[in-house]
Amino acid sequence: MKLERPDARGRFGEFGGRFAPETLMPALEELEHAFEGAWADPAFRGDLDRLLKDFVGRPTPIFEAERLSAQLGFRVLLKREDLAHTGAHKINNAIAQVLLARRMGKPRVIAETGAGQHGVATATAAALLGLECDVFMGEKDIERQSLNVYRMQMLGTRVIPVTSGAGTLKDAVNEAMRDWVGTVETTHYVIGSVVGPHPFPWMVREFQRVIGDESLAQLGEDLPDVVVACVGGGSNAIGMFYPFAGLGIDLVGVEAAGEGIETGRHGASLGEGSPGILHGTRTYLLQDADGQVQEAHSISAGLDYPGVGPEHAYFQDLGLARYVSITDDESLEGVSLLARTEGIIPALESAHAISWIAKAAGELQGKTVLVNLSGRGDKDVQQIAEARS
Amino acid sequence: MSAERLRLMFAARRADNSTALLPFMTAGLPDPGHAVEMFEAMAGAGADGFEVGIPYSDPLMDGPIIQEGGARALAAGVGLEEGLEIAGRVIARTGLPALVMTYANVVVQAGPDEFARRAADHGVSGVIVADLPLEEAGPIKAAVERAGLGMVLFAAPTTTEARLRRIVEAEPVFIYGVADLGVTGERKIASSRAGELARRIREVTGIPLVMGVGISTPEQAAAIAGSADGVIVGSALVRRALEAQTPTEAIASLATAVREFRAAL
Repeated sequence: MKLERPDARGRFGEFGGRFAPETLMPALEELEHAFEGAWADPAFRGDLDRLLKDFVGRPTPIFEAERLSAQLGFRVLLKREDLAHTGAHKINNAIAQVLLARRMGKPRVIAETGAGQHGVATATAAALLGLECDVFMGEKDIERQSLNVYRMQMLGTRVIPVTSGAGTLKDAVNEAMRDWVGTVETTHYVIGSVVGPHPFPWMVREFQRVIGDESLAQLGEDLPDVVVACVGGGSNAIGMFYPFAGLGIDLVGVEAAGEGIETGRHGASLGEGSPGILHGTRTYLLQDADGQVQEAHSISAGLDYPGVGPEHAYFQDLGLARYVSITDDESLEGVSLLARTEGIIPALESAHAISWIAKAAGELQGKTVLVNLSGRGDKDVQQIAEARS
Repeated sequence: MSAERLRLMFAARRADNSTALLPFMTAGLPDPGHAVEMFEAMAGAGADGFEVGIPYSDPLMDGPIIQEGGARALAAGVGLEEGLEIAGRVIARTGLPALVMTYANVVVQAGPDEFARRAADHGVSGVIVADLPLEEAGPIKAAVERAGLGMVLFAAPTTTEARLRRIVEAEPVFIYGVADLGVTGERKIASSRAGELARRIREVTGIPLVMGVGISTPEQAAAIAGSADGVIVGSALVRRALEAQTPTEAIASLATAVREFRAAL
């Protein structure tokens, strides 16, 4: 059964928890109390709802993808998170956390970013609400997502390159955590996914569940048979899945198979990993027998992460959702498919979900499939062009 | 009881009214072949015991110097087994107590009991896990203590009085007082928070207190020495091991540095 909230120790079953340096523990306790208070406070909820409506542009529509449906032979609905301000679902969480940071009296926020979408969303929220903002980004990701670097800088955010490790999302999280250990008294860490120590996985899920709650309200009696979302850390997926879990709907998370599962160069932590502890939480990880965490690989910077949110680990073990994977090459086909049939260029991350429904068309015949189109692909155009040449 | 060696060492320092010097060094530096010799040189220069770092891929409590040390050791093939072997040989050769420091995932993947048993087999006295707060420490602390080793718990400048009381009630073999906010690394200016934290801890317990994080010069060590049973110096030493051009130079440089810290204490 899905859990309304994790237990007192921040666990979803055997996953989650709070494996953090002592220096951060009081801040995590403070954050948990502040979030509980804010979430139960109609004034905070009212402020957030107004911003989601008038600034972000919610509710995002559900679009009947008729030409794609005709081509695949089954009905496809798209939840249009790509239409949210800044171009992805990340803004739902960023704006809520920055609002919470302001309520907590923290003048500065920091964030990690992979594809740059969470960084842009946090930079945007910080500009809107008047907080100082620093974003940590791996140098490899700075290279492949330079457009988003400029966007953050235009918004008044400092982008700090991370050179440790492979220079991707995992390293950016490490560096943001390290900053936070030193600045915790004046800084809130706006983590970008349902990962990290308790209360982050729970809090970020609550901030992203607007995707699924809205979808249920928009669909009414017309419920889908299958709901599909891509999974890196897993915030768009859990935001969509959580309200649907327990309704007898097939929930499918799509991880990055990278260059192919068999090559070992992928990001399929649920499919191929084993339980361990990374970034403060117990979850499925790509790791060796000694517990050294391995580098993930994906064409999409947002799925290039060797861990996953602990609630997904819990959903997988309980069979509340199932998790599949799609390779880099397949995701590029997904981009083309949606661009040419519906006039929508999806983010490389979201293209993994599109590609999976095309690949699984056989088993999906006669069904209604709702895909969470978590972000738009403007940021990826240059990278896609290079991958194709 | 390996933890006993640590307790005896602290008792001896209290008896002669001095402060223990516990150098931190990543296992496998300057290279695996010279690691033990480098620890021996530090022992000869006046170290009272060691914190031996078992490298981990994602050390989020560590600054750039110890990150680099860990990455270099991992690249040289030093994992848990090699790290424990180095610690064991250091203990056997120097007769000094040593703790191992690592991160939770390394312990959990080995299995807490298996990890503790292997550490005990190598003569290790205690275990420090940088991302293991009191709330998550239960199973690992129990396993470590079952094997006769001591578990270390942290207290930081941000730790509230209520948390501090719970940490003390758990009876760690010593309290690692986090001398400064932030990750490990050298600081130009001594922490303004260390003295206050030491005083707060001393007020509530007689459990040995060892201060570390950001103590990078003999002067900084001396400033906190009077308030603590021991001082951990890490990044300032690891930097010397990384900067040295040859293993011989690293060994000499570390001996000199430890002698300077010893003199200041």
